Amino acid sequence: MRKLALSDEILRTIEKPARYTGGEVNSIQKDPGEVEVRFAMCFPDVYEIGMSHLGIQILYHMLNTRPDIWCERVYSPWTDLDRVMREKQIPLFALESQEPVRNFDFLGITIQYEMCYTNILQVLDLAQIPIFASEREEDSPIVIGGGPCAYNPEPLAEFFDLFYIGEGESSYFPLIDLYKENKAAGGSRKDFLKKAASIPGIYVPSLYQPVYQEDGILSSFVPLVPEAPERIKKVIVSDLDGAYYPERPVVPYLKATQDRVVLEIMRGCIRGCRFCQAGMIYRPVRQKSVDKLLALSARMLESSGHEEISLSSLSSSDYTEIEPLINGLIEDCRKRKVNISLPSLRIDAFSLDVMSKIQDVKKSSLTFAPEGGTQRIRNVINKGLTEEEILDGAAEAFRGGWNKVKLYFMLGLPTETEEDQLGIAELAEKIAKRYYEEVPKENRKGKVQITASASFFVPKPFTPFQWATMESEEEYLRRARLVKDAFREQLNRKSLHFQYHEADVTVLEGVLARGDRRVGPAILEAYRLGCLYDAWSDFFDNEKWKEAFRRTGVDPNFYTVRERGADELFPWDFIDIGVTKRFLRKEWERAMEGVVTPNCRVSCSGCGAAVFEGGICHEN
Amino acid sequence: MKIRIRFAKTGTLQYIGHLDVMRYFQKAMRRAEVEISYSQGFSPHQIMSFASPLGIGLTSEGEYMDIEVSHCGTSEEMVGRLNEVMVEEMKVFSFRRLPDEGKTNAMATIAAADYRVSFREGEEWDRDQLLPLWGQFLEQEEILLWRKTKKTEGTGDIRPMILKAVWEEDGSFFLRLSAGSSKNLKPEAVMEAFCAFWGKEFHPFALRIHRLDLYGIKEGQLLSLEDFGEEIR
Repeated sequence: MRKLALSDEILRTIEKPARYTGGEVNSIQKDPGEVEVRFAMCFPDVYEIGMSHLGIQILYHMLNTRPDIWCERVYSPWTDLDRVMREKQIPLFALESQEPVRNFDFLGITIQYEMCYTNILQVLDLAQIPIFASEREEDSPIVIGGGPCAYNPEPLAEFFDLFYIGEGESSYFPLIDLYKENKAAGGSRKDFLKKAASIPGIYVPSLYQPVYQEDGILSSFVPLVPEAPERIKKVIVSDLDGAYYPERPVVPYLKATQDRVVLEIMRGCIRGCRFCQAGMIYRPVRQKSVDKLLALSARMLESSGHEEISLSSLSSSDYTEIEPLINGLIEDCRKRKVNISLPSLRIDAFSLDVMSKIQDVKKSSLTFAPEGGTQRIRNVINKGLTEEEILDGAAEAFRGGWNKVKLYFMLGLPTETEEDQLGIAELAEKIAKRYYEEVPKENRKGKVQITASASFFVPKPFTPFQWATMESEEEYLRRARLVKDAFREQLNRKSLHFQYHEADVTVLEGVLARGDRRVGPAILEAYRLGCLYDAWSDFFDNEKWKEAFRRTGVDPNFYTVRERGADELFPWDFIDIGVTKRFLRKEWERAMEGVVTPNCRVSCSGCGAAVFEGGICHEN
Repeated sequence: MKIRIRFAKTGTLQYIGHLDVMRYFQKAMRRAEVEISYSQGFSPHQIMSFASPLGIGLTSEGEYMDIEVSHCGTSEEMVGRLNEVMVEEMKVFSFRRLPDEGKTNAMATIAAADYRVSFREGEEWDRDQLLPLWGQFLEQEEILLWRKTKKTEGTGDIRPMILKAVWEEDGSFFLRLSAGSSKNLKPEAVMEAFCAFWGKEFHPFALRIHRLDLYGIKEGQLLSLEDFGEEIR
């Protein structure tokens, strides 16, 4: 039997022990004596969530192509095991070798959302690695953070040795080679960090000093050594077809959230929605070729045995060869009896035809993300979708037999008025009305079901809305109730359903998203007070967070409701994503005027992403 | 054609639950390109049924599942193809054709199961000293135990469901117990009853339970589920 870190008694008394035993099909075992570098790759959430993440799968298999590196996986222990590990002082271990993470060379943590920050501290704490980077010893692992939240790493700066800014395929091997060289030459941890600072995309927070004005606003961000560049430029893959992609994905025993083959067709998005961070940080848009994708899909289905495949991108309808790709997949998957799931497809004649081929129309629902209730606010956020497109798309779908519609909105958007808020209910009503007009009584299968849900807008770094002010928790809830009441007044109210997200989480997310280094102590205090799994509403405890802010003297309002000046230096401005701050500011101003900016295929708006090779910027 | 597969679930896979074993096999069938039959509809699923699911924490070399295939190679070839795409701790032993007629469903035919019960290190019982007591325990006309099953809970006599019980020289127990949907006795229950008889506190985590085989009844005799099928040559 493979040796396990946890005893039989522990494994038999906790929930889902398979979260911790590893050994899945296509997971990688190596002989520790044969490798030089041990890398623990962590997703700081529970196994079923973490195993569903594509980025980790890519990096895990990519690092393991090197015979001198063994990359293993680590996830957050669930609360039941968390208690046991603390009580019995069991150090956090990696799934493959079951050996303590604290003995590894690297601990890489992907930071996908702000609400996992306390889980990061849990991972360090349970691994028995000093929480502060400054307190780590020579033999502690190098703790490195990546993923979208690394684009504003400052709230976490003191807990990480390095941050990786950009796409993982680019700089990991140079970084690991440098580590090996430094070790062979007898260099110290500090020597390595200093040298790592000159690798493209690597940010070493300990080599920089933020300086603040009296009013608390950042005045400068100073590199402390010559090796630390003033700006860190993100690194990206220029040719997606040539980039590494895993052909033998790990197949979990437990049912993961993504229990399917995930085929990444494209990176980046041409749309330029002004609230969307992914749409800016992943520029320029790059896509894989149909031939490459069909070949990959076949190999991944064969090696995993998955019964479903899903396309992954920010906006699949904008993939230029979407029709041949989907037709090719349908043909191949029919032979294999594999289901296809197609998220993020725009509703039009083609997608409806495709959906009717691959799903049961009676059971499936249509999804629209208008994000705003009126055309005015949709122009402000640069969401191209018009009311006409939504109503026509819905009408076509209703004629094809669909009768369930899901609508996604945001509340608390910049410039939002009561009219925009009420517009949410009115748009839902118009769709319902259209159903009863389009579908004759004898063809109706019950009522149309329209479910609208609203989340509250959180301004993110590197978006045109990074200058936006947020509202208070009470104001978000007031707006949501207003919309809820408006839904009750609609003629077709029995066909309509409205739900909204929690508002307290929104405010906290806002603090963490645009926070600076001074927020770090509050995160640690919240963790010490018992905050964990904040992304899970069952566990989120806002009172503890409020207490943590009080104790550490951090004023959340400074980060949320304060108005930011046009020239304010932001904590994340030292990062260069290609897209310029000047462009973002111009977009902010256009938003205030309600002017739409065309997408990258229609015309280039000169955002700055063209400094990178490859992608849409250099197609013609 | 109907196929019966015997497989083992050992080592760390004792921590994988029954539903996950099912999902594991659905994917293994695809990886091995077994021409398994599917149900109709938009999300067709494989025609596959399991005999007597094993609880978490138990290992087995006598697990069974029945599937339907449109055609397949020889038994030897199919066992090889499946094992090639499986993990080491889950291995297929046989792949046999079931007669087309008659009640052959694996779950429905189960009558008995063999187990080996051993102890975790440091938790062993002193066989030399306790053997006479074990003998007396088995000689009782009835063995009453409070049990909770899917259907009932309450005190009942488990003696008739202990078909064979031997304390082996190596210190482990061999138990042949009634199994199936009408009468089912878990090996832990026998050990618990013995502890009560002996006056010792029962520690379920001290035991290691390993299932050896499952049986059905053919012409009044117990027959290994495997032997209901025939090798495909």
